[in-house]
Amino acid sequence: MQLFLQMILPRRFIQYESRIEDIRRYRRIWRFSVLLTLIVALLPLIITAGVNHFMFRKNLRAEMNFDISRNLFNLSRSLEFVVEERLSALRLIVSEKSPSQLQDMENLGMTLKNLKSTFGGFVDLGLIQGDGIQAAYVGPYNLKGVNYSDQASFKEAVLRGTYVSDVFLGHRQFPHFVILVKKEMVNGDFYLLRATVDMELLNRLIFIPNMQSTDDIFIINHDCILQTESSKHGKVLQDLDLPVPPYSPFSKVTEKIGDVTLPFVLGYSYIENTPFILMVTKSRVSPFMEWLRRQPELVVFLLISVVLIIAVVFWSSTEMVKQIRSADQKRTQLLMNVEYTNKMATIGRMAAGVAHEINNPLAIINEKAGLLTDLVSFTEDFPQKEKTLNALESIINSVERCSAVTHRLLGFSRKMEIQTQPIDLPSLLDEVVGFLAREAEYQNIRIFKDYDPDIPQIESDKGQLQQIFLNILNNALAAVSRGGKINLMVEKLSKDRVNVIIRDNGVGISPENLQHIFEPFFSTKGDFGTGLGLSITHSLVHKLGGTIDVKSEMEKGTEFTISLPVKNEKVQDET
Amino acid sequence: MSQYRILLVDDEQELVSTLVERLGFRDIEAEAVTNGHDAVELMNKEHFDVLVADLKMPGLSGQELIRIVKERHPAVKIILITGHGGTPEGKPPEFNDVLEVLLKPFDINALLEAIHRLMEKGDED
Repeated sequence: MQLFLQMILPRRFIQYESRIEDIRRYRRIWRFSVLLTLIVALLPLIITAGVNHFMFRKNLRAEMNFDISRNLFNLSRSLEFVVEERLSALRLIVSEKSPSQLQDMENLGMTLKNLKSTFGGFVDLGLIQGDGIQAAYVGPYNLKGVNYSDQASFKEAVLRGTYVSDVFLGHRQFPHFVILVKKEMVNGDFYLLRATVDMELLNRLIFIPNMQSTDDIFIINHDCILQTESSKHGKVLQDLDLPVPPYSPFSKVTEKIGDVTLPFVLGYSYIENTPFILMVTKSRVSPFMEWLRRQPELVVFLLISVVLIIAVVFWSSTEMVKQIRSADQKRTQLLMNVEYTNKMATIGRMAAGVAHEINNPLAIINEKAGLLTDLVSFTEDFPQKEKTLNALESIINSVERCSAVTHRLLGFSRKMEIQTQPIDLPSLLDEVVGFLAREAEYQNIRIFKDYDPDIPQIESDKGQLQQIFLNILNNALAAVSRGGKINLMVEKLSKDRVNVIIRDNGVGISPENLQHIFEPFFSTKGDFGTGLGLSITHSLVHKLGGTIDVKSEMEKGTEFTISLPVKNEKVQDET
Repeated sequence: MSQYRILLVDDEQELVSTLVERLGFRDIEAEAVTNGHDAVELMNKEHFDVLVADLKMPGLSGQELIRIVKERHPAVKIILITGHGGTPEGKPPEFNDVLEVLLKPFDINALLEAIHRLMEKGDED
């Protein structure tokens, strides 16, 4: 997480950034964190749900296809059987009965009656001679003497021996189909037995249990003309606006015929020895809705998980940003305090310096005026004696006023008094590094610590030591480029002295600059530095009874060595 | 009053010479030098009751001078004068009873009072 945040955070140190910029930055962190954690948390869930949905879809399709093809298979077998049964009956009749028997109207009538009662579906029965003339006929119409020789059905039946016709509407406007059976005789002559079968016979058969209202089942012929009425696709003998599905010996389920994608799922089966194709259409179900409908536990679980994850992500991101923000504020406050202390120390030093320099000449003025007063006082009266003494007194009074001012200034500078306490240097250094850790992280600067294990506690001023190390570390951070390193070492020099060494591998300081770095108002940072940081550091170190040394090489780095007394004699004496 | 001999040490020549003259007006015999080494040298040759020394001087500092004087001439009373205000840095606590501190600029009467205070204290011992 930290790494990702670093990538999106500005690399600049934000100490002086405006408040608005800050708020934008925190919003950015928040957005990023929310986005990232949401992705990480939700992605596996979404993938799992997606895989589940995919598998479900596959199974659903297989299940549906299996269902259709099984029904189709059963139905087409039944239809085949029904047609075959009628053909067989006719074949039996022509083989059992002689043509003369069949030409006998009474006999033919009995046969039709028997067929109707035994098999059902027969409407009429006729005998057609080899020349195509219907020689005998029993049924509702007067079809005796009709010549069939030009009809395709006659030619087909002569050629093949049997024939099953397409559906047509008879005179009574009921759909029928015709079956023909050929009988060859010993002398080479032949005749045909022709029967009309009510389509209602097949119609009754074709239904599927548990059919949905959106499903449809019907028969077409090879020219795609409806042979039975369809609830969805039209009436008998209307054209079905579909291409003819390719022949297949088995029942098939498809959603496409050639290049045409169907608006439904189509199952079809060619019925052998007939011009019929049985068709089932099922409206497509939305696999997604079906998935939701069939797995309510999963859906509820998913919904609860997603809501929970989103809530937790929002909450934790908000908390995290809050904490980052408060840590930032704390650090900024600390840095501002240090800055303020720096400023005050600077003013104090300047005031003390000025006051001290003024006090010496003031003392001389005072003594000279005093001497003159003495001289005049010990001299006999002279004309302007009184006036002279008044003037001298006025000088001395003015000196007193001046010294009141300088002493006040000195008193002010003394507010930066040293307060000693036992200090554990390594933990103090860790604390200071902590202030700067984030900036170091932004710039990918590594800080290596090497503390001598038996560093004694030293007696010194905590705040001022912090300021010393903060100043030097800040300089080091400014000096090294991205990816640089800073070494921080504490070593015990002797029984009563410890060294703190801060070494960086930054740009270094040129020899001519090195001579001046501890001087006040010397800065290489242009407008950004006051030029007082190291001068204050220098005076603070001395105030604490320590020494500070610097070694530097251009482009190699800089090393500050601060040597501190374990017990600050000076400080101790003052208490 | 004339029994006291005072040695004044300050790098400001004008200051010490004027003080010597003014103490003279008040029947106090005083000598002036402008650095610590001269002071040590002179004290080896002559007897002084009180040493009035500046704290900050080039060469031998007031602090070091006090240490040397305390070692070699423990009877000499010491007064520190300083332009630095407040508590002088490095004032050894064990010297408290014999040390007086005056902040520059000071009134000649304050110096006289300090001398008397030290001498009287010394007399009681």
